[in-house]
Amino acid sequence: MDLVKLQRQLVDYKASLYHECVLDEQFTQLQQLQDENNPDFVVEVVSLFFEDSERLLNELTKALEQQSIDFKRVDAHVHQLKGSSSSIGAQRVQKSCIAFRNYCEEQNVEGCLACLQQVRLEYSLVKTKLEYMFQLEQQILSSGGSIPI
Amino acid sequence: MVLLESGFSSPRNDVFPAGLRVLVVDDDPTWLKILEKMLKKCSYEVTTCGLARDALNLLREKKDGYDIVISDVNMPDMDGFKLLEHVGLEMDLPVIMMSVDGETSRVMKGVQHGACDYLLKPIRMKELRNIWQHVFRKKIHEVRDIESLEGIESIQMTRSGCDLFDDGHFLGGDDTTSGRKRKDADNKHEDRDLSDPSSTKKARVIWTVDLHQKFVKAVNQIGFDKVGPKKILDLMNIPRLTRENVASHLQKYRLYLSRLQKESDIKNSFIGMKHSDPPNNSTASFGLHKPSNTMPDDVLNGTYSFPMNNSLVQTVDVKGQGDRHGIASVPVAEPKGALSKDIPDSHKTKSSQMSFDHSLGSAASGVSFASFGSTTPARYSWTEIPEIQSKVEYEPVQPENGFNQLPLPEPSMIEKEVNRSRTEVKPLFDEYRSNLVGHSSPADLVDLFPVQSKNQTLKNQVFDPIFATKSSIKTKDISQNCLADSEFAQRNLNATGREVTLASLPEDLQIFWLQGDGYPMNIALQNFDFPEYNDPALIDETPFYSYDAPRLDHEHFFDPTEYYAIDQGLFV
Repeated sequence: MDLVKLQRQLVDYKASLYHECVLDEQFTQLQQLQDENNPDFVVEVVSLFFEDSERLLNELTKALEQQSIDFKRVDAHVHQLKGSSSSIGAQRVQKSCIAFRNYCEEQNVEGCLACLQQVRLEYSLVKTKLEYMFQLEQQILSSGGSIPI
Repeated sequence: MVLLESGFSSPRNDVFPAGLRVLVVDDDPTWLKILEKMLKKCSYEVTTCGLARDALNLLREKKDGYDIVISDVNMPDMDGFKLLEHVGLEMDLPVIMMSVDGETSRVMKGVQHGACDYLLKPIRMKELRNIWQHVFRKKIHEVRDIESLEGIESIQMTRSGCDLFDDGHFLGGDDTTSGRKRKDADNKHEDRDLSDPSSTKKARVIWTVDLHQKFVKAVNQIGFDKVGPKKILDLMNIPRLTRENVASHLQKYRLYLSRLQKESDIKNSFIGMKHSDPPNNSTASFGLHKPSNTMPDDVLNGTYSFPMNNSLVQTVDVKGQGDRHGIASVPVAEPKGALSKDIPDSHKTKSSQMSFDHSLGSAASGVSFASFGSTTPARYSWTEIPEIQSKVEYEPVQPENGFNQLPLPEPSMIEKEVNRSRTEVKPLFDEYRSNLVGHSSPADLVDLFPVQSKNQTLKNQVFDPIFATKSSIKTKDISQNCLADSEFAQRNLNATGREVTLASLPEDLQIFWLQGDGYPMNIALQNFDFPEYNDPALIDETPFYSYDAPRLDHEHFFDPTEYYAIDQGLFV
């Protein structure tokens, strides 16, 4: 693919992510932290996020499957997920965690389950989008180009 | 540029704040990585930790190895606020809290626990760039404290020495003249100091076991409710100790006590339910009074080794030992009233002592029994466990009570035991809860005592509740007992001198060694000679340093919300 085209595509794609609040300013901060010393910084951090989130989502699923749900535990996990998502700027994930925590406080099982669904969805969304974005970047780099800021 | 002396091992004076040594603690791996990167961008020297325990270990191993700690509030192994307290007491470093939760109540809690700042996640670079101000501020305050608190004469002597000495009046007998001169010199001195803090030598007080003992003794003598830094300072009569030092120490002590009290309150209700029977495992937490069933021969036989270094001994595992110790040592006492309480019943004292000793080790109790019997009015207890519903009744038993099974070890053994148990630092309260059984192996105990431990109280606090449940000793009695035995106290003090690493204690190791923790409380100034403790490796022969900024209200009534770590270092 044409390098310039690729680069434009990337720029537009990123813009849309921000526009849709899939990502927020924190992600920009992350990108600014990347430098020659750490050329893969963003990818590394995001990978960590993916790992941690998947773990948390599994924990959440398990916790909500229990006969007698430990809401404190569920809340703790959601809190962690919220913190994690804030680290890379996954705004929608973060916001869905807030709603989730409210249901935990109310000990509302249905509410929690619904929120878990929502969080999963948002997480999948951000994951897919980020992965695609990294792909684009990779393509640009391997074509000899540089990533437009 | 301010020259930051003492405590900064790295020569960063010229480029401060670059090179600021930051310790970041966060269980979120993503954030840990990001923060590390951000801090590096600020030209800081970063160390990361995923667990609070690891962080504490690092801090203890490398005294003065860090300038500031940044920690998340929610961590799995330890509450961030607890870590905050530990660091404040033991290392006296500025701590910044972080959280994705910005609720006012949380922030307030952070500040109450001593955080110098509370950052909301996501954290921005500019916020991190500014953290050096907290380090700087602390240094300035320390300097100022020294300035203002040290005797004017001494300051003048050291600083503006030439002026004063040249003036014969200063040293001479003319009071008015010398007084005037002093005042002038003092003003000069202060001006000079304020304008150039770097010229002041900062002396940090290391609250060694001995020193703390003196402190506790002084507090006891004065009376808990009448205690104040000035009085304590006078009683202690330690040269170069400033009122400020005492004040801040007192504040910590108060916090410690109040925390213990709170925890014991909580625990009491909690315990009330669990009263019934001690877990049937070797780690029976109850049963102070259990005939040394679990009394550790191994304890006696020196399974423990005093860890001379601060490395943690995580393996505490003395069966049932822990609770014995812990319980016994809980200096339960009314913060206000107990101090002057006399031990009405020496018999009772003995029995309670027994309990203690039980925990300590039979040998120890045997040894200390005699001294306990002698009664010193319970001066004060570190912690108060108001309604300890111990199930175990202390029988007014002879000293051998409980020791039956244990042969009395030689004094040295006993000491060790005592120390061990004393020094046992209670793991965090949370840990306790999970495991009421307290046992600790001597080795652990010792190891748990880092040289510069400051959070004795913390440990005690944790124990208190547990202690309450387990021991049948009434709070008062216990405190009295604890206090009565200066030797015992001494041991405790010494024991506690080593910092017990809470974090390092495994859950099982819930030592209820309140007594041990109660450490300084009523430690007589006996010189308990613990060979291990005297290990030079352990003793931190740091020069005299003064503590940090003055506490807000030194004179306020003793509010045991602060715990206090006894530093093994010497008060030089």
